[in-house]
Amino acid sequence: MKVSNSEWKEKLAGKLPEHLEREVDIFDSEVALRKQGKIDERIFAETRLRRGTYGQRYDNGQRHDGAKVQEMHYPSGDLTKGPMTMWDAPGMQRIKVPGGGLNAEQLETMADLAEEYSDGIAHVTTRQDFQLHYIHIEDTPALMRRLAAVNITSREACGNSVRNVTACPYAGTCQDEVFDVTPYSHALAKFLMGHPDCQNFGRKFKPAFSGCAQHACGLTNLHDLGFIATTRVENGKEKRGFAMYVGGGLGAVPYQAKLFDSFVPVEEMMPLSQAIARVYGRLGEKKNRNRARIKFLVQDLGIAKFKELVLEERKTLTPDPRWTGFIADAEKFEEQPLRAAGEWPSATSEAFKKWLQTNTRPQKQKGYVVVTVALPLGDITANQLRSLADIVRKFTKETVRTTVEQNFVIRWVSLSDLPAIYQALEAAELAAPGAGTIVDIVTCPGTDTCKLGISSSRGLAAELRKEMLETGAKFDETVENLHIKISGCYNSCGQHHVADLGFYGVSRKIGNFAVPHFQVVLGGEWEHNAGSYGLPVAAVPSKNIPKVVTRLTERYLAGRTTGETFQNFVKRTGKVEMKNMLDDLVKPPAGDRSFYSDWNDPREYTLSDHGVGECAGEVVTPVEFELTAAEREVFEAQIAFDNNEVEKARSIAYQAMLHAAKSLVKIQKPDISDDPDQIVSEFRTRYFDTQKFWDPFAGGKFASYLFDAHANANDGHNPDSTRYLIDEAQLFIDAAHSCNNKLSSPVSV
Amino acid sequence: MTLQHVNVKLLLENPAQVDLEPLITIFHEWIQKQVFDEMLLDVADYRHVPGGPGVMVIGLQADYSVDDTDHLLGVRYNRKAGFDGSNADRLAQAARAALTACVKLEQEPRMGGKLKFNGQDIELFINDRLLAPNTDASRAAADAELQAFANKLFSGADYSLEYQMDPRRLFGAAVKCSKKFSSAQLLQHLS
Repeated sequence: MKVSNSEWKEKLAGKLPEHLEREVDIFDSEVALRKQGKIDERIFAETRLRRGTYGQRYDNGQRHDGAKVQEMHYPSGDLTKGPMTMWDAPGMQRIKVPGGGLNAEQLETMADLAEEYSDGIAHVTTRQDFQLHYIHIEDTPALMRRLAAVNITSREACGNSVRNVTACPYAGTCQDEVFDVTPYSHALAKFLMGHPDCQNFGRKFKPAFSGCAQHACGLTNLHDLGFIATTRVENGKEKRGFAMYVGGGLGAVPYQAKLFDSFVPVEEMMPLSQAIARVYGRLGEKKNRNRARIKFLVQDLGIAKFKELVLEERKTLTPDPRWTGFIADAEKFEEQPLRAAGEWPSATSEAFKKWLQTNTRPQKQKGYVVVTVALPLGDITANQLRSLADIVRKFTKETVRTTVEQNFVIRWVSLSDLPAIYQALEAAELAAPGAGTIVDIVTCPGTDTCKLGISSSRGLAAELRKEMLETGAKFDETVENLHIKISGCYNSCGQHHVADLGFYGVSRKIGNFAVPHFQVVLGGEWEHNAGSYGLPVAAVPSKNIPKVVTRLTERYLAGRTTGETFQNFVKRTGKVEMKNMLDDLVKPPAGDRSFYSDWNDPREYTLSDHGVGECAGEVVTPVEFELTAAEREVFEAQIAFDNNEVEKARSIAYQAMLHAAKSLVKIQKPDISDDPDQIVSEFRTRYFDTQKFWDPFAGGKFASYLFDAHANANDGHNPDSTRYLIDEAQLFIDAAHSCNNKLSSPVSV
Repeated sequence: MTLQHVNVKLLLENPAQVDLEPLITIFHEWIQKQVFDEMLLDVADYRHVPGGPGVMVIGLQADYSVDDTDHLLGVRYNRKAGFDGSNADRLAQAARAALTACVKLEQEPRMGGKLKFNGQDIELFINDRLLAPNTDASRAAADAELQAFANKLFSGADYSLEYQMDPRRLFGAAVKCSKKFSSAQLLQHLS
């Protein structure tokens, strides 16, 4: 905790926008009151979350040190900053960057904060935010003041609120966009932040903007609220508007957003968003967090009914001048270059040529390009941030943005300046080629810092990247352009559902040990604003994932037809064959202890009193066999679904869940019958009511999948609901594995 | 001028030969055994970031790392919590902590004898821009205490002290001694 914390208030007095200063003052007081025990820990937790101040791994005061769970005795004793969250435990600070837009001074401030309060690294997230890790709660008000002094807020960066409003980072420069969505995204971000109608959500709410339908950059299909720029002619005049989507989301079970309206005029963007917020606030689930995202409300009501309710709500709104007040300026908005337009330079070296090929993108404005600064794992040092600030000052009017691929783009670079900016970036070690290619791996923090992490997504990403760079892997263009995205758990922060090769962390029990695994998710579509989601193929031990990548890319290279995309290759090959390709990789090799710890983490993944030194000795219990069988059934359900046998797929997925539930019930009640009612009833009594099946963070979410499937077993089903059921079945079985691990291991990480 | 949040970095000899990977295991063991007075909490691996923080063991009151900032590889101590006493006390405390960590790593068999203080180069900086802005005024205010500290650390041997002049960087200085000392010897000078 910094000695200078209390002095920043005086130092920056009068230098902050008034509303931001007031916000930080309030938070400063709340921190002090909680320290004195005058605010309930639950209330304080939501308060700090709404300021972007998040918990971090091990903040419950316990850490497995490789031999045993160690109690961490913090100086502040039992004082907490939320339920099971110790006051002194370092946390994460998320910082909102609307549309990813920053100026040089803001980059420099981020550098200072990373250095002084964090570990010297600023991390760019998959939603264009920044995250700083290992921050002490008592440092956060000073940190927020310093952000506010450069007009940045972390308000509503976490919590049940409107999160960062993201936007295509190429907006205004993209050759294919309909119009520049930048001013609209900024206006909506400003309008919704702190809006009274957005304070009663059961969960978070994420809006996104895209300038076109065909590219990936806005990812509107996976957002709660998505806007895609469009126009139509009215009375002979072109009018701007948006195709508006609602109810998309990744998370454990991904939902594609539904089209709310193919043309919402710009003056209706805010009132309709407000009406949606009110309907969501009023009707959205509040008690069960696992069904509280708007995607569930849209799914439950159906898009037609949801739209009807929103339009009714719209009629009740009191007109607000902000709805249209921004439009005149928005229509005139255009960023300007610093330097005159230029001509393409000739490449003087192979490295420069490669960089030009992968890290530049011509703008619609002749003579300019957008330059991408590819960050390894989304990480940038304080010194690199300062160098970046210098570069954007020198070559542009400070037009830099973060991207959902965890990079920066520098916009409005004159073609003539490319050799010079390349040199400047190279000097700052920010000129790595390969932006947007297979080596530019996207990953969430995973087990490095996230409380929800199951496997080490960053460790895996670092290893894959290192191997590809070290071996100088030379792929042809099609393979080079594949996307790898990794999440540490089912929550999808690494956006694995929309990758060609996606991975999410799961654990499996081998003998008496838990082994870190990743589910391999193939064939997601990044383009078309995350056009379709991939499906899990197999869970593979973490340490075998590099082999998975090699094998799948080799098989693709060898087996593709002319011009065939990876997504189509997966579809044509079929999941059975794709899974067969990996069959020899799904088990760790006997005797190789390295499989029992995760990437870049030497601690044994799970420790118990049994089995130390017995890694090679497989002890498979009946329940493990049953769970494996249930998992196979889910796979069969996927195959049936792919063959358009929707009813069969639904039935198999449901049976797989019953199978897994029965296997757990059998541990306690060996004579359990095959009657679904009895299985579900016994499972509820023995595992749900006792909370034995509860996930530490998702609670009873996964059990509810079984209960819902059972309750709806005789109802009609459509392809969408069946697809969700299959995903839910996989997650239920993953949870059953975890439950079994927990029950059979006296100590687990 | 109050010098809090002192950072000390001991530059290593033959940095290209130092493999950072074993540090991950070593630092996990440091946490397991809680080898220092400060509470050690986690390991952060930034080997993928060029010129970055390297491999760190994150603590509550302080971080330890083998840091590659500016491509100068060194054992670094970053004091995060305030420390009572005078400026001289705080400088000495941070230097002792960095040297103690360095001695441990030099003796660590898994580093293969390749991690070694170069005997001459130490960086000092203050990780707090409000207490110590990187200005001429700060340099004037702190110079005597920094010189006194260097004098004690190098036991009267000649040294040069070069301040970091980029105003955006942390206030600090690179100190180079004309004579080589081992980390254990320097630790002794501060005892």
